[in-house]
Parts: sequence; structure tokens; C-alpha cells
Amino acid sequence: MAERSMSKLSSEPLLEVTDLAKHFDVSKPWLARKIEGAQKQILKAVDGLEFKINQGQTFSLVGESGCGKSTVAKLVVGLHKPSRGVIKFEGRNVADAHSRADSAALRRRWQMIFQDPYASLNPRWRVRDIIAEPIRVFGLVKSRDEQIDKVGALLTQVGLSPVDGEKYPHEFSGGQRQRISIARALSSNPEFLVCDEPTSALDVSVQAQILNLMKDLQKEFGLTYLFISHNLAVVYHLSDKIGVMYLGRLCEVAAAKDLFTRPQHPYTRLLLETIPDLEMTGRERVPVAGEVPNPINPPPGCAFHPRCPFANDRCRSEAPTPTERSGHIVACHAAEEGRLPDATFQAPKQPVAS
Amino acid sequence: MSDNPLGTTRPENLLHRILDSDIFYSFIRSPVTVVSAIVAAIFFFAAAFAPWVAPHNPFDPATLDLMDAFTPPAWEADGTPNFPLGTDDQGRDILSTIIYGSRVSLIVGFSAVLFSMVIGVGLGLLAGYLSGWVETIVMRMADVQLTIPAILVALMIDGVAHILLPIHLRDEMAIYVLILAIGISDWPRYARVTRGATLVERNKEYVSAARVIGVHPVKIMLSHVLPNVMGPVLVLATIGLALAVITEATLSFLGVGVPPTQPSLGTLIRVGNNFLFSGEWWITLFPSLALVTLVLSVNLLGDWLRDALNPKLR
Amino acid sequence: MALLEVENLRVEFPTRRGSLLALDDVSFQIEEGEVLGVVGESGAGKSLTGAAIIGLLEPPGRVTAGEIKLEDRRIDNLSYEEMRKIRGEKIGAIFQDPLTSLNPLYTIGRQLIETIRVHMDLTQEEAKGRAIDLLGEVGIPAAERRIDSYPHEFSGGMRQRVVIALALCANPRLIIADEPTTALDVSIQAQIIALIKKLCREHKTAVMLITHDMGVIAETADRVAVMYAGRIAEVGPVRRVVKQPKHPYTVGLMGAIPMVGHDVERLTQIDGAMPRLTEIPRGCSFNPRCPKVFARCREERPELMHAGRNAEAACWQFDKEGRRG
Repeated sequence: MAERSMSKLSSEPLLEVTDLAKHFDVSKPWLARKIEGAQKQILKAVDGLEFKINQGQTFSLVGESGCGKSTVAKLVVGLHKPSRGVIKFEGRNVADAHSRADSAALRRRWQMIFQDPYASLNPRWRVRDIIAEPIRVFGLVKSRDEQIDKVGALLTQVGLSPVDGEKYPHEFSGGQRQRISIARALSSNPEFLVCDEPTSALDVSVQAQILNLMKDLQKEFGLTYLFISHNLAVVYHLSDKIGVMYLGRLCEVAAAKDLFTRPQHPYTRLLLETIPDLEMTGRERVPVAGEVPNPINPPPGCAFHPRCPFANDRCRSEAPTPTERSGHIVACHAAEEGRLPDATFQAPKQPVAS
Repeated sequence: MSDNPLGTTRPENLLHRILDSDIFYSFIRSPVTVVSAIVAAIFFFAAAFAPWVAPHNPFDPATLDLMDAFTPPAWEADGTPNFPLGTDDQGRDILSTIIYGSRVSLIVGFSAVLFSMVIGVGLGLLAGYLSGWVETIVMRMADVQLTIPAILVALMIDGVAHILLPIHLRDEMAIYVLILAIGISDWPRYARVTRGATLVERNKEYVSAARVIGVHPVKIMLSHVLPNVMGPVLVLATIGLALAVITEATLSFLGVGVPPTQPSLGTLIRVGNNFLFSGEWWITLFPSLALVTLVLSVNLLGDWLRDALNPKLR
Repeated sequence: MALLEVENLRVEFPTRRGSLLALDDVSFQIEEGEVLGVVGESGAGKSLTGAAIIGLLEPPGRVTAGEIKLEDRRIDNLSYEEMRKIRGEKIGAIFQDPLTSLNPLYTIGRQLIETIRVHMDLTQEEAKGRAIDLLGEVGIPAAERRIDSYPHEFSGGMRQRVVIALALCANPRLIIADEPTTALDVSIQAQIIALIKKLCREHKTAVMLITHDMGVIAETADRVAVMYAGRIAEVGPVRRVVKQPKHPYTVGLMGAIPMVGHDVERLTQIDGAMPRLTEIPRGCSFNPRCPKVFARCREERPELMHAGRNAEAACWQFDKEGRRG
């Protein structure tokens, strides 16, 4: 494991995604459709995504529910087949790994951490068997003794004790279960972890434990993270780079600090407005009106235009393409045409409660 | 509160763990259930060890004496303690025929339940996990079969088997035909329940976790999904046992079940029925009572199991 | 006189392994028109406190000691019928999932009008007028038209607005809002918070805002009570609690929240987890996780005590006399 973390200094992308799309057919069954004369309904959960994640870095996707961020996570680990587009892992198209051995060699190197600690562990399995499942599937150990040692080491690594392996999931709290989930993910010595809202079901103090653990592990093993979350503060704390999603598309991609200090896309600005004012600056927030539209019938043009204060006729008819602008990749006509007022987000300076 | 708020130090010993479990507690708290369990246990025990438990062997012609025929129960004027529940037209001890009869009934019942469970759970798992056309075919088959009463399905299979089997094999194979008929008639219920539970489990993240590392779908179904859908299936199987015993009795009563040479409870009732109006009421009454008691106790156990396994009702 | 006074409230759940003490000696007040935030981790007892006040404790849970007074009248010993009347007229309730508060089979208009007419002496027409006014007030566009819609025709945020309108029907003095924004998206969450604040200002309604989200509390509440393992750990004005928390638990909690603009490598970590109700330790229930623990914390249970200006905390480090002696 040690030599692996040493080789992480290069900055070539570990994961590269181009024109990724996933369309779900959500129409009624054929017969019902014919009787009612209804059209086929296609949900474009993800539609033309592009991003890169460098080795050893954390890339986060943020957005409100229904924006497709979890679908991206599932596409990347192969739980969904993309409708379009290419996912490259270390420069190699994942779809080219046809043989069982090839695909296993790839799958060993990425793992996923899930949102719901109560559903992500099989209630009928002992913890040691849960953690050992990837070890067994990939044949990573030669003997049963070696497997027991490895599971014990993993449990210690995530802050539990080797004897906890004998217990069943229901004997643990939510935070401890998430640790077990992380231990399982680490058991195949992966380089890349896809984390789908791993702390959103946890209490804040437990969330802090898990976030700290994730940071420690990243440092120790040089892990690369794709982190999915709706919580901007968590994303700010953890990420190197952030992509903001709205209705299946990326609005803006930028370095973490930069995104929060110089947001470009109007939707990013809206999201930043919603961050609760824990600094007690007395800032009166102006809540933005409107809600996320139904993704089955997204508005034409730029999907955000009905809620956007800067929308004009072009926004209503033509979908913007992502373009690079002062270090941010932004998909917005107003930004492109320079119609946006400069906005710097007032990031508070001193920490509280020290 | 959701994760076991009472989870103090758990006893390690398995027996203690069972005695300490919530299920055992709810069992002890329900007197009806305890009585049903005891009654059912007596039946199972007697049926399993019939040759040792029964006072006579009613099917050994050597021990039969036609002189004993139509002896009334022990408490009647002509009764003898040798035949506590009386004898039938051939001088067979009713109590012993009931014990041997329950044995046949329960063997058929258990085997039929096992048979329909294997088919139903297997197809239900496939339908729920794979969805698509597999699901459509399996579930439509189940729907169609459910529109026909189970007893008719069983009668039909029984009839077809009778035509196909050579005459000399009919009696010998009767029990297997019966198991097949009852088993096939009942699989749709298992398939439906299993499919429903599988649909729920399939979307849980522990299944996704196994899919991410590329575990084979069949392995996921068997090692991940199956153990988690067995709860409702076991409830169904318990009640299914009672149903299978009844179906068997009905078929045997109609004369298409097991032959009188190795009678089940249903056969006994049918045979005894002929003597009901000639005054020998005990020949049919006691097997009937035994059947009702057996089915009722198994059913009550099933009801309790359903409530105990359903956290919403606890 | 405070609008709501809760004194030494104790809630227990009898189980076959003995009685679980879910709320232990909880005391607080809510003034007229005030927003009291109640914050804590899951299982801390915050929702139970709300349920005990509106008399909707899930059996077998029951109040075993203490008093709840609304406008100086005891309400914890009322019959079910009396309590039901109070629930509509004096206390309104908003829950996390708007769908559970609305009957999916009736139009929202019918539900609003029925509720209004149960508590107010109005004709059908007058009640309908009031229902439309209420819907307008909670920010539902085209209320005259939308009043005949069914709950499923609304989005999550709009549904929560309808629930708020329903809670406001009889002009209650107090609204108990249990995680009203948790199920909503961040942008909608901000809208609902703004709405609750506005209504509170305009109607002088007091709000007991139960949430796990310190951000929501900071935005909305006047005062905040921090709960831990069935007891109140700290009470004070929200600004003071957020900026200068006193109880070591609150200090840890505030440090554990990641914040935009704070570039820290690691968050403050309170090790361990809140104890289960069966395993609450002797002395202060926080003592096994407390960085400032000393001998007394392991023996005696601290009550809420003065902890500086505007501050009350249940922590022995503020017991000056006790320490000297």
C-alpha cells in the first residue's frame, strides 16, 4: 500500500468522462400507452456530462435532488450502463473491458460508499463477511487466516475493533455502520472511491468523524474521490474541484475555493445564497423563487431560465454549451456575453467556536 | 431509536439468545400460540414416530381381527380400553389409524409445501431480480393459475397423472402424484410474495455494493437477496402447510388421493362417512376432529409468526 | 408569564426490560412570539419533547412526571378530546413529511375549510375565503385555483406550504415545527425558513422549531435549547450559543459543522456516539465523550446552571461554589 501512495504525484486524470448521458424510459407499459394514446416518456437523468478527476484529488458534484448527481455515481461504477458517452479510467475506455478478468481487474480499483448506512449492509451477514466479500470476489488472499487478519486490520483502520467482525450490522450505530461500509470499500485496495452522499444520513458530530476519516484515508492511501452531495459546506470542506449540476447537466465546474468566492453561473450563486448564515452576520437572505422543474419535461433552452434573473430570449430557446472562462467552465449565455454582474460571495473569515 | 434501543449486552450462548429474543417473548406472551405449538408438536411427534407411538399397527393384516370390527370408543357401553377411540369395519384401531393417517397427511403436506416453495421462491426471485420479460412471463403464468381454484388445478394434475401412469403403478405412485399436484397448485402465492420482497431488496444498497464488485447475479440472488426475503415466505409456508393438508384431505375425500391401503386423514374420513348413518359415528368423527385440530393449530402458529415477523404490528 | 412552560418533564417508555427514560427533567419556556430552536442529534429527545407537548406521544411512551402549561393552564393531564381541541386552536403542528399531514383523498381546500370550521364559527363561504387568504399568505400562487387541487398535484415545497397554512387555520398561539425543512431541497428550505419567520413576525405566533440542522436554527430562532441524551445541555440566545457555546457538547457540535470559508484540515471531532437509552452513563450523560471531564462529572448529574451572561448549561465546570468547596 505504501508504494501506491508514492506513485500518486502525477496529475494525469484518473477518471475522464466525456459526453456522458443516461436516459431512462419512464413511460407507461406498452398496452397502457396505446390505450391512452400517450407518448413515450424519456427522463434524461444525465445529459452530456464532461469532467476529469486527477489522481489523489477530490471532485465533488453538488446539486438539488433530481439533478442526476447520484446517477453519475452509478454510471461511473458500472451500476448503470451509459446511454451515450465514454468513461475512461486511466486513459482506458471502461466499456472496452469485455472479458470477466479484464472487468474484474478494473472493478477492483474502484469502490463505492453509499448513503444509507441502514440499507448498505446485508442485515443477515456478519460484519466480517460483509467486509471480506470484495476480498473473496477478487481472490486477494490465499488463506482464511490471511483473510481474518486483513479484515481485522481494516476494522482497526476505520476506528472499530477486530472483534466487531463477529457482530451483525444491527448492533452498530449509523456512524459505525458507515465505517463498516468504508472498510468494505477499502478491502480491495482501490484507488478510486465514489461516495454517494455518505454523510447525509448522519448526525453532524458523526458526520465530522466520517469526513475526518475520509480525509485521513485519502492522505494515507492517495485515494481519489468522486464525492456526491447536496451539502455545500461539506463539499467546500472536502473538495479540490466542484461541479454544480442542474437537471442532468453541469452548470459550472471550478476549483473549490474559486467556486465559492467567484461564482459565475446564476444557479451557483443561488445555491450559495442558500447556505445558512452560521456566522450570525445578520445577512438577510433573499430566497430565490421557484423550484426545480420536472426533469421529464425540462424547459427548452437553458433548463435554468425560468428561475434565472438574467434570462433573455436566447436563454429560452438555445441550450448553452460549457465554455471556459477565467478558470471556470460555465454553461451560461449571460456569462458568455458578459451580461452578469460581478458577484463575490462574502465568505466569512474567522472561525467560530474555537 | 431505530437500531435496537434495547440492545444491551447480548448473551452469547445460542439458547440464551433464543430465550432472550423478542420473538420468543411474543411467543410466550400469547397463550393461544403456545397451546397451538404444543398441539402441533404432538401431531408432528406422533406422526414421525407412528410405529412406536400407535398402540396397534392398523395395516398389519396379521394383527387385525374382524371380531373387533365396529367396537365403539372406550367410554361407550361396548367399548374396551384396548381401542380407546373404537375400531372401524375391519377392526382397525381408530386412534392408530389417525396417527398413521396424520403421518401420511403431514408427509404429503410438508413435501407439497417444500415443492411449491422451491418452484415459487425460485421463479419469484428470478422475476423480481431480473424483471423485464422474465418477470412478465412468470407473473402472468401465476396470474392465470390464480384464476383457477387450487383444488381444480390439483384435480386436473391428478387426473392427467392417473391417465399417464400404468395401472399397477397407480397406488404406489399415488402419494407422489398428490405431492406434485398440490405443490404445483400452490406455487403462485410463493412467487408473488417472493417477487414483491425481492423488488424491495434488489434496490437496497447492499445489493448495489455487491454489483459494484461484479458478483454474479445468481450469487447475489442466492446469498444476498434470498436470506432477506425468507421471512414472509416462511409465514406463507406455515399457513401453506395447513392448506396443503386440507387440499390433500379434500382430494382423498373425493377419492382421487391416497388409496385406502395407506389412508391419510382425508381417506379415513371418506371411508368412515359410509358408516355415519348406520350409527358408527366414531369412525368418521375422530379423524375429522384430528384434521380440524391439526389445521387450526398450524394456522394459528402461522398467524402468530406473521405478526411476530412484522415489525409494524409489534 | 411565558406562553408555554415546561417544567421537569419526564417521559418514559415501559418495556419488558424495564422502563426507558427518554426525557429526563426537561424544563424550558417559550415566550409569546418567540422562536425557540430545539437542536440535537437523532435520539436526543427533541421530537419527543414536541410530541409530549401536543399530547401525541406514541404509546407506550407516557409523561411520568413534570408539568406542561400553556397560557398558565396545565395541558399535560387533559383528556384526548380536550387535547384535540387545543391542538387545533392553540397549538399548530408542522411535521417533516408534508405527505403524512395531508389526506391524499381530499382536495387541500376541503381539508383547510374543514379544519377552519371545526375551530372557528364560520360559514362554508367565509371559511373558503379564509382558506384562500391563508394559501396566499403562505405563498401559493393563484390560490383561488389551486384550492381545488389534491396534495399530489403539489411539489414538495408547495405541500409544506399547505401544511403550514393548515397549521395556521385557527390562528394558534404556538406552532410546533418538527424538522419542517429536512425533506426539502436547499433552495426550497431557504424559502420555507423565510416564510416561517415572516408568519411569526406578522401573527406574533411562537414557534418551537425542532431540527438537527444548526444552520436552520441560526437563521430562524431567537433562543436555542441544545438537547443531549434526553436532557437539555444548554439554553441561550441563538447568537450566544452559536458564537460562544458553553457546554462542551455544544462546543464540539459547533466545531463539527463544516462551514464555507473555514479552511480547516480536520473538523472538531467528538469521539464516540450518543449513548443508547439503555446505556446512559452515571453522572453527566456526556462525560465519556467530554474533553473537560473531571471526577464530579462521573458521579453527579448536573442541572442547568448559570454559565455566564445569557447562558445556562448543565455542566459542572460552571458550578463555581461546588468547585471551590
